[in-house]
Amino acid sequence: MRPVAEGIRDKVAVIGMGCSAFGERWDMSAADLMVEAFTEALADAGIGRDDIDAAWLGVFFDEQNIGKSAIPLSNALRLNNIPVTRVENLCATGTEAFRGAVYAVASGAADIALAVGVEKLKDTGFAGLPERTNGTFEDLWLPNSTAPGAFAQLASAYSHKHGVSMNDLRRAMAHVSVKSHDNALKNPKAHLRRKITSEQVLNAPPVAYPLGVLDCCGVSDGAACAIVARPEIARKLGKADIVGVKSVQLSISNGVESGHSSWDGAHTATTRRAAAKAYAEAGITDPAKELGMIEVHDCFSVTELVVMEDLGLSEAGRATTDILDGRYDAAGQIPCQIDGGLKCFGHPIGASGLRMLYEVYLQLLSRADDRNLDNVEFGLTHNLGGIPNRNVASISILGALSP
Amino acid sequence: MTIGIADIGVYLPRLRLSREAIASAHAWAMPTLKSRATGSLATANWDEDSVTMAHEAARRIEGQFDSLHVCSTSLPFADRSHASLLLEALQQPAGTATQDSRASLRAATSPLLASLRKASAGDLLVAAEKRRAKPASIEEISYGDAAVAVLTGNDALLAEFVDGDTLATDFVDHYRSTGADFDYGFEERWIREEGYLKNLVAVIPALLQRNNIEPDQVARLVLNSTARIRASVAKATGLSNAETALAADTAVGDAGSAAPLLGLAESLEQAEDGDLILLVGFGQGCDAMLLRATGRKTRTFSDALDAGVDDDNYLRYLSHRELIAMDWGKRAERDVRTAQSAYYRQRDQVSGFVGGKCSVCGTVQFPRTRACVNPECRAFDTQEPYPFADLTGTVKSYTEDWQAFSPAPPLVYGNVGFDGGANILMQFTDTDAGETAVGDSVDMHFRIKDIDRARGFRRYFWKAIKERGAPSG
Repeated sequence: MRPVAEGIRDKVAVIGMGCSAFGERWDMSAADLMVEAFTEALADAGIGRDDIDAAWLGVFFDEQNIGKSAIPLSNALRLNNIPVTRVENLCATGTEAFRGAVYAVASGAADIALAVGVEKLKDTGFAGLPERTNGTFEDLWLPNSTAPGAFAQLASAYSHKHGVSMNDLRRAMAHVSVKSHDNALKNPKAHLRRKITSEQVLNAPPVAYPLGVLDCCGVSDGAACAIVARPEIARKLGKADIVGVKSVQLSISNGVESGHSSWDGAHTATTRRAAAKAYAEAGITDPAKELGMIEVHDCFSVTELVVMEDLGLSEAGRATTDILDGRYDAAGQIPCQIDGGLKCFGHPIGASGLRMLYEVYLQLLSRADDRNLDNVEFGLTHNLGGIPNRNVASISILGALSP
Repeated sequence: MTIGIADIGVYLPRLRLSREAIASAHAWAMPTLKSRATGSLATANWDEDSVTMAHEAARRIEGQFDSLHVCSTSLPFADRSHASLLLEALQQPAGTATQDSRASLRAATSPLLASLRKASAGDLLVAAEKRRAKPASIEEISYGDAAVAVLTGNDALLAEFVDGDTLATDFVDHYRSTGADFDYGFEERWIREEGYLKNLVAVIPALLQRNNIEPDQVARLVLNSTARIRASVAKATGLSNAETALAADTAVGDAGSAAPLLGLAESLEQAEDGDLILLVGFGQGCDAMLLRATGRKTRTFSDALDAGVDDDNYLRYLSHRELIAMDWGKRAERDVRTAQSAYYRQRDQVSGFVGGKCSVCGTVQFPRTRACVNPECRAFDTQEPYPFADLTGTVKSYTEDWQAFSPAPPLVYGNVGFDGGANILMQFTDTDAGETAVGDSVDMHFRIKDIDRARGFRRYFWKAIKERGAPSG
């Protein structure tokens, strides 16, 4: 791998964040949800709407939301005819919007920039995610897979590769879900707030072998947003503790996983690539020690399990043991999904990356109420969009801004 | 020069539905069906039709052909050459003569007789049938699905052509109008007396006499009919030594235009050197062919028969044939419109399952794209066509997806690895829940990918089926 470019560490500060409640927001449109997240962030930042130089909107499903282009964000917030860009990159869409805003500030093109992610999924009339196309040629041959089915394949490959029995694997996967449900009990904005047991997970109706209903994240409506600015602006605003952006990295599949036998089906190659770059950009050398919390893409229990190894936090083949030992529980060494994760906070796709950043931001500022963790120096967020065969991985790392 | 049958290939779909299950389901309304509840029917999966079954039969043929006939009364398109589609699925030269033969139960025997009479070697005739019948009808408990391919040739024959005759009469024992779902049939007794008996009595004795063959020299009579009618015809035409019983009658069902060839395949397994086989196709007249077996054996019928799995799920059968409107949920509303231009430019990949092999690094891959998939190579424009259709893959990962739309849930799919470097995310078919494991060997099969109900189109691709090894018993 080529050495990382100069990077953006500490060139950008997060001065305000907002997040709507996630869930079945039957009474709210996508525009309403954007306003809910934005007004919170604007108040938090302590700036005026017209102080924003540029904005990025992340939204995934054209079909279910607000159509194409960035106009819906400009309309919903009545922005002052500033440049607004719509981005879409599967489940990394929210982080992609954040990346656009951060890069604009880091480059000097904007002093203050806004990133908003939103998804209105509950207008489909059915459970699960809407259908989508893979393109005119791919639709001719790719299976009509679903998200749970595509990710479920990680389990059979992982079990085979590491010699972990499907029973042991499923027990660890169940613990992943139980842990996130426990965490969400302390989060009033989370979609799913009820305690569950491993037995319930293991006996839940099947969705895609070996995943049952309780191995799957919530399908939710929601919006989240971040306002980022140059560090000196953050200081001028008189903020005592300033959250800095340490890294934002993306890695995109190039067809190797889907087309070449070198891929084992049991890991996500892009997560590994993005993590290596992000750690380098953030100056993290021992992530298991330095990361105080992580918010990973737990679209399905098995995804979180596999990602613990891809992020270099569990050794190869050890994720099941680490999970069952509680290493990623709220009281464990590296709390994971302290806000409930996609599993329980919910997964409005375009908003999810920003929702994760919102929790890290709150934790760094000790504003997470009952969920406050001690000694969080760095927090990591991770998205994995698409399917294990062809995906977009994004990683962001936030920490206290270094002078 | 001698002309005859150079090869024959049989495909029977996997599930064999118990006729008892059908009769039992209808006992409340049609108790008389009980009298026909013997044996089973070969029944196609939802993703099989006459085209995919024809493909399976054709790929069992060894030897070259320069003309391809697709013969069926149940082809999916009224206007689209199924033979051209099949030719591309078989990846044979575009210069091959192609013809669809349809609209009569003689759809296969008429072109076969024509080929044999013209001593035309290298003609591949593929008959396939998947007919729908009304629930509780006699047709339903009689019709089976099957495909049979026959190759004409001059050498190493299974049977030599002796002579043949044809007769055309507008005897409408049954018919199916264009666009209609079901056959409309007339009384069975009339069909036997006025149809089978009178038509065949008009043809068979004269054919034998012309060739100086006594009726009792005929060893086998193959005819698309019930076993009883076949026996009656043998009696009426003096074929006193002819075997008329066919295992296919009870184990497969009436395969329509494919039935004569299916009976021929079965007979060729039993026939001794020199046995005379009278092959007759009946349907608005008849085609009769006198064949002399060479004693060369084939097991294609038995192999196909033995690969079946007993089934008593009548509701699933109704669903696979779209005779009940199951609620498949809103995912079934997914639009599967085909961009014909995209299909056309990449159809060798889609219909023929032709991927690529990099001329620089040797990596095989699917799909075939401009840049090599091997991360160590990535060279542009180095792909040579590389067929996957006859390869065996290994399951690397899989799932059984109950959320995805499939008319045969769960939708099973997984990553399949191939020797030479390829990995393909493939759908599996003819696969039950709980049957798949990492490490399984899988074969490739041409099947229906999607049915576009809004536009009356269907598209095809290749699916994986677990190698189940030699059938036991």
